[in-house]
Amino acid sequence: MSAAPQDAAPLLKVEGLRQHYGGRGLFGRGDVVRAVEDVSFEIRRGETLGLVGESGSGKSTLGRALLRATVPTAGRITFGGEDITAWTAGRLRALRPRMQMIFQDPFSSLNPRMTVGGIVAAPLVIQRQGLDRAARRARVIEALATVGLPERAADRYPHEFSGGQRQRIGIARALVMAPDFLVADEPVSALDVSIQAQVVNLLMEVRRRLSLTMLFISHDLAVVGHVCDRVAVMYLGRIVEIADTRSLFSGPRHPYTEALFAAVPIPDPTLRRPRVLLDGDLPSPLAPPSGCAFRGRCRHALPACAAAVPPLRAVGPGHFAACIRDDIALAAPVAA
Amino acid sequence: MTDAPLAPPRRLAALLSRRPAAGRARSGALHRFLRHRLAVAGLAAIALMLLACWLGPLLIPYDQLFIDIRHRFAGPFAGPHVFGTDQLGRDLLVRLLMAGRISLTIGFAAMALSTAVGTAIGLVAGYRGGLVGAALMRCVDAVLCFPSVFLLLALAAFIRPNVVTITLIIAATGWMEVARVVQGQIRTLKARDFTLAAELMGASGFYVMTNELLRNAVGPIIVAATLTVARAILAEAYVSFLGYGIQAPVASWGNMLNNAQQYLGSAPWLAIFPGLMITVAVASFNFVGDGLRDALDARVEL
Amino acid sequence: MAGPVLEVRGLSVGFADGRRTVPAVHEVAFTLHPGETLALVGESGSGKSVTSLALMRLLPPAPRTRVTGAALLRGRDGTVHDLLALPDAAVRALRGDRIAMIFQEPMTSLNPVHRIGDQIAESVRFHRGLDRHAALKRAEGLIERVGIPDAARRLRAYPHELSGGMRQRVMIAMALACDPAVLIADEPTTALDVTVQSQILALLKGLQRETGMGLVFITHNLGVVAEIADRVMVMYAGRIVESGGVVPVMTAPRMPYTAGLIASVPRLDLKGGEMVSIPGTVPDPRAPPPGCAFAPRCPHRRPTPCDEAVPPLEAAGAGHDVRCRRWAEIAAAAAPRPALEARA
Repeated sequence: MSAAPQDAAPLLKVEGLRQHYGGRGLFGRGDVVRAVEDVSFEIRRGETLGLVGESGSGKSTLGRALLRATVPTAGRITFGGEDITAWTAGRLRALRPRMQMIFQDPFSSLNPRMTVGGIVAAPLVIQRQGLDRAARRARVIEALATVGLPERAADRYPHEFSGGQRQRIGIARALVMAPDFLVADEPVSALDVSIQAQVVNLLMEVRRRLSLTMLFISHDLAVVGHVCDRVAVMYLGRIVEIADTRSLFSGPRHPYTEALFAAVPIPDPTLRRPRVLLDGDLPSPLAPPSGCAFRGRCRHALPACAAAVPPLRAVGPGHFAACIRDDIALAAPVAA
Repeated sequence: MTDAPLAPPRRLAALLSRRPAAGRARSGALHRFLRHRLAVAGLAAIALMLLACWLGPLLIPYDQLFIDIRHRFAGPFAGPHVFGTDQLGRDLLVRLLMAGRISLTIGFAAMALSTAVGTAIGLVAGYRGGLVGAALMRCVDAVLCFPSVFLLLALAAFIRPNVVTITLIIAATGWMEVARVVQGQIRTLKARDFTLAAELMGASGFYVMTNELLRNAVGPIIVAATLTVARAILAEAYVSFLGYGIQAPVASWGNMLNNAQQYLGSAPWLAIFPGLMITVAVASFNFVGDGLRDALDARVEL
Repeated sequence: MAGPVLEVRGLSVGFADGRRTVPAVHEVAFTLHPGETLALVGESGSGKSVTSLALMRLLPPAPRTRVTGAALLRGRDGTVHDLLALPDAAVRALRGDRIAMIFQEPMTSLNPVHRIGDQIAESVRFHRGLDRHAALKRAEGLIERVGIPDAARRLRAYPHELSGGMRQRVMIAMALACDPAVLIADEPTTALDVTVQSQILALLKGLQRETGMGLVFITHNLGVVAEIADRVMVMYAGRIVESGGVVPVMTAPRMPYTAGLIASVPRLDLKGGEMVSIPGTVPDPRAPPPGCAFAPRCPHRRPTPCDEAVPPLEAAGAGHDVRCRRWAEIAAAAAPRPALEARA
C-alpha cells in the first residue's frame, strides 16, 4: 500500500455521476441501462482507490466515464481542480497525457498490426510532442525498461508476447506520457496466477516511483486489499460501501461486502466451510428493484429496505455504507 | 444439435492455430495462398494476360484497325492470322489483345476507384456508427436496390462513352460491396480496446480510422478489391455488348462479342475467342479472390 | 461399487505443426472412482484442457493431432470401453450418456437460436429415445434440479436471456441429462463472479452426492481446488508434476511449482509488501528445456540433476507423487513448514 497523506488535495472528485445508455435508437425507443447511478467520491493525490464489484456492477463504465471516454448523463467530474464534465474532445486532448488507462484484455488492447515500439510511441505521436524519431525511440525504450522489457521488444509484434508481457506493454504505453492518474481496469484478471503477482508488483513499483494516483478496478478482493489504500464496493451502478482498506477488511458494514468476502475461495483444504451467502444473480440494471438494489439477495433485508434507496452514511471515520441496518454483525476476513 | 453441448469451445481453435511469430504469420499467409491451386492458376493466367496485352500487339505485324477485305473471315490456326480475321479482314488476335488493354484497364481503374470510395464510406460509417453510420449505410442499401445493369445502362445512355466515363460508371455501381465489407470489419475492430486506448491518448477520429483501424482491415479490402476487378470486367463487357460502352472501331471484349453475333453461324470464332477471354479473366480474378480470402483469413492475428 | 469408473493410461497428445509434432500432453495417467472429485490444476499451456478434450475425443482427428494411450470408461453394464480406440459412432453414444463435459463459456456451447428446454430435451431424446413431450418433462425436472427457479417458464427462454450463472446451470443440466458416470468440468466457474462461482461449486458438490458421479474438475484456481477436490493433479508443460490427496498436496506441496502456485494466490490477509510470484513464463512447447520443464523458473534448481533429463514421477508419500529430483532435499531443508499451518 502506498502511504497517501490524509490531507492531500483530491486529484479527482466525482459528484452525483450518472451514466445511462440506450433509450434512443433510429427506430423506436430502447431501454435505458442505468450503468452508473448517483456516484460520488474523491481520490486524493498519490492515493489508490480500489473499485470492487461483480460484472454488471458498472465499475468499468465508471472508470471510463472518469477518463471522459464517454459523455456523462449527469453529475460532475473535477480533475486537478478543473471541472472537465463538459469538455470537448479538443480540450480534453491536452489533458490526456495526465490521465491514462490500463486494460483488462492484453489481446484486444494492443493493435496487432503495429510493432510494440509503434504502440508505445503512439501517445507521443498523437500528442505531437515535437520529438524526432530518435528522441521518441529513447522514450519508448525507457518506458519498456520501466516495465522490465528489453529494447529489442520494440521491433516485435504483440502476438509474439505472452499475456503477462503484453500487459507490461500496455503499462509501458500508459506510462510513456508520465501521467498523474491511472485507471487500471482489471489489469491482472486475464492472467495466470503466477503471472498476476508479477504484474501487480510491477504496478505497485511504478506507482511508488512515479507517485501515481490510481483507480484500481477489480473483482478480486484479495488483490485489491493488497494494492489499494481505500476501497469502494459497487453494486448495480451505485457505491454501497467505501472505506479505508483496513477498515473495510476488518469490519465490513454492508451485507454485500460481507458476501463478497465470504465468496473468495481460500486455498486451504482444511478450512472447508459453507460459504454461499448469496442466492440468485445481480438484478437487471434495466429494471432495478425499488429501494436497496441488494435487498432481494440480502439475508438481513427488512420491509423498510424497499422504501427508498439507502444513502451512503458515515459509519466510522472515513467509512461509509449504504445500509440502513446498524444492528447486524458481519463477518470480516481480517481481525480488527 | 445433439452434439451441441459438447462442441469444443473457440479456445481450442485458438490453441490449434496459435502462430508464434510475425514472420511465420506472413509466410503462413503466402503458404496458404500457394496451397490454393486454382488461385495460383488464376494468378498465372492474369499475369500471362497482362503480359500478352502489353507486349503482344508490339510483336504482331498487324494493326488492330488495318482492314484487309481480301482476307475477311479467315479461319483460325491457318495462314498468317493465328486467330483468324473478322468481317473486315482485321486480325482477331491483335484486336483481342488491344481490347484486353481496354477491358483490363477499365477493370483495374474501376476497382481502384470503387475500393477507395467504398473504403472511405465503410470506414466512416463503421467508426462513427450512430446516426452518421446509419445514414451512410442506408445510402449504400439504396444504391444496392437498383438493379446494377439497368443503372449502368441508364447512366451510359446519358454520357458519351469512352474509357474514362465507362470506368466512372462502373465504379459508381461497384463500391457498395466494399463499403459493406469495410463497415462490418471496422465495427468489430472498433469494439477492441486498442481503439479506446488511442482515443484516450487524445487521438482524433481521423487518426484512429487511418492508423489504428484501417491497417487491420487491409486483408478483407484486398479480397473485396480483387473480386471487384472481376465484376468490373464483366460490367464493361455487358455495357459494350449492349452497345453503350466502348464504341467501334476501338475494340473491347464486349463490343467484339456484339459484333460477332451476326456471324455466329458462319464465323463462330469471332464470338468464341472474346468470350473465352472474358471467362478466363473473370474466373481468374474470382479464384485469386477466393485464394486471398483463405490466405488472409484473420486467424493469424489473435 | 468398487473399482474406478475411469482409468487413463499413458495419454499423450501432439499437434502437427508443419512437418513436426509439437507435444502438448505427455504420458498422463490417473484413475477416477465413483463419487470422487479429481482436480486437474495448471496454468495456460499446461495441457489440462487438451487432456480433457482428448478424453472426450473432441480434438481434431489425425493427422492434425496424434493421441496415444488408453482411457478406459466403465459402461452402464460393467463392460469397459477404451474411449481412445472406439469408432466415432460408439464414442458419440457414450458421450453425453456415460461421460459428459461442461465448459468455461457456456454461451459458445449453447445454440443461440434454440430454446434451452429444446436443447436439453434433444440430448435426452438422442440417448434415451424419449418422445418430445417426455423429453421436455425431463428437461423441466433437470432445470429444477440445477436450482433454476420457475423451471416451466425458463424452458422457453433463449440462452441470451439468461445470466452467465444461469447459463452454466443449464449446461450442467444438459450434462446431467442422462446421469453420466463421469463429468468433466473445464474451468466451469472461471468466467463467473465469485458469488456465483460459490453457488455453482455448491451445486456441483450437491449433485455429485446425489448421483455418485466422478468429477474431473479442471481449473487454475487453487482456492476452488481446496474447496471441491478430493485429489489433485498439478500439470506443468504437458506433464503431471504432482498428484495426491488435496490435503497433503496443498498443505505440504513437494514440487516447487506447486508451492509457488499456492504462495502466489492472493489472500485476504492485508499482509502488504510484494505479492509472491513465480518469475519467468512457461516454456515454449516447441523448444522445451532439456531436463525438468520448471527448472528455468525454479528457485531450487541445480544444473545437476535438474537439467539432465526429465525427472520421473516419484512417490513422496502414500498416493502422493512428485516430479522433482530434489524434493526430499528441499523438504528436509524447509521442515518444519509453518507457512500454511500458521494461517489455518
